[in-house]
Amino acid sequence: MMEELKFEEALEKLEIIVDELEKGDITLDEALKHYEEGVRLSRFCAGKLGEVESRIEMIIKEGNEIKKIPFKGLEEVE
Amino acid sequence: MNNQEIISISELTKYIKVTLENDSILKNVTVRGELSNFYRHSSGHLYFTLKDRESQIKCVMFRSAARLVKFTPENGMNLILIGGIGIYPDRGEYQLYARNLEPDGIGALHLAFEQLKKRLQAEGLFDQGQKKQIPKLPRKIGVITSPTGAAIRDIISVIKRRFPHVEILIVPSQVQGDDAPQSLAQALHQIQQEDGIDVVIIGRGGGSIEDLWAFNEEVVARAIHACQIPIISAVGHETDFTIADFVADLRAPTPSAAAELAVANFSELSRYLTSVERRLHQSLTGRVEKLGERLEKLQKRRIFQKPEEVFLKSWQKVDDLERRLHRTMTSQIRLTKEKCRTYFKQLESLSPLNVLIRGYSLTETLSGEVVKSVDDVKIGDMINIRVHDGKLNAVIEETRKDGESL
Repeated sequence: MMEELKFEEALEKLEIIVDELEKGDITLDEALKHYEEGVRLSRFCAGKLGEVESRIEMIIKEGNEIKKIPFKGLEEVE
Repeated sequence: MNNQEIISISELTKYIKVTLENDSILKNVTVRGELSNFYRHSSGHLYFTLKDRESQIKCVMFRSAARLVKFTPENGMNLILIGGIGIYPDRGEYQLYARNLEPDGIGALHLAFEQLKKRLQAEGLFDQGQKKQIPKLPRKIGVITSPTGAAIRDIISVIKRRFPHVEILIVPSQVQGDDAPQSLAQALHQIQQEDGIDVVIIGRGGGSIEDLWAFNEEVVARAIHACQIPIISAVGHETDFTIADFVADLRAPTPSAAAELAVANFSELSRYLTSVERRLHQSLTGRVEKLGERLEKLQKRRIFQKPEEVFLKSWQKVDDLERRLHRTMTSQIRLTKEKCRTYFKQLESLSPLNVLIRGYSLTETLSGEVVKSVDDVKIGDMINIRVHDGKLNAVIEETRKDGESL
């Protein structure tokens, strides 16, 4: 279930959980469950942040074929 | 008939045509007039009349020139036309062949812009309700722009600086010139074939209104509107507004700004996440601490500290009662004993022996019956007389009842 979760959704859930915990009108058992869930979500979010490796590509057409090549334009400009 | 040469209608018409069409003034005129009878043929040619108060002239604009007219001519508009006079021999009519058509007063592009804007707005293409949310943490960003322009350079450097953990896919497109609108629309179509693009930036760097014009074309606006991926437009400078900006899900004032809007700031986001995490921990530890304090307070209550004290009272009471029970019992017994003693004394005093001591005596027959009356005995009977210290044997000699005389 976590796998399909988007970062935004996870962050929103995390915010809701923290709000609830801070309000403090739930039982300790519930609070512990919330906390566990919160820790899971926060780890998930932190993981998502660094998940993607930076890569820059450009689509080019060669005849009818569509290819992706690394984009070098930036280095050339700089 | 004089001997003047007779010529055919065609010859005459041809002569007029050559004469008029070679006239240096008529070849190239700029006229102002009000548009009427406007008709756009399916072939793309435009037919209309320009008029003022006194006169009117038929006009035609061929497709090749009409294609470049950005605005939509409407009857009643005041226009400025550049063209030349020509003859249409089939009808023997002269007409103006328009090469260029512009609105009088405001620029053609400006008018075209306002017209398209109004039309698309009425269609609902700009509705806020239709805008897609820009994701907070995109993993893959599509960029539609010229691969050699300033825009792509700005976009990439901003993204690298703010959020390195992201993929960028560039779909090159022409961003100015006649082919640019189609090229942009195609790129928008193309990018939707790609998997996992979270957000698209479409745009170009600054330029004149003509340079930016492709982003005011209907085909581009419709392609943006149809795109399933959230789109950020980034056309020109802050002051430039294009139709694309109105249709896009988010307008960025510049390409750099678009990049900033597209990717979150990595360090800001990390910081925020850390702060939320801290709140998470604190809220629980705070909770546990509070409960702990409550528990501690309870534990400090006397019942837990000196439980014996609480029972002491009861014990005392029990002891007390026991003591009282004891005391009561003893005194009861004593009382009873005393009572008994008194009874004994009384009994003693009632004993006939005691009476005998005081000088009384008890008379019994030989069979042991107490003599209580004169009638109990007769003369000659033997009787026993009990005195306190023994018995006397006697014989009745005489009986006399009280009141009887001897």
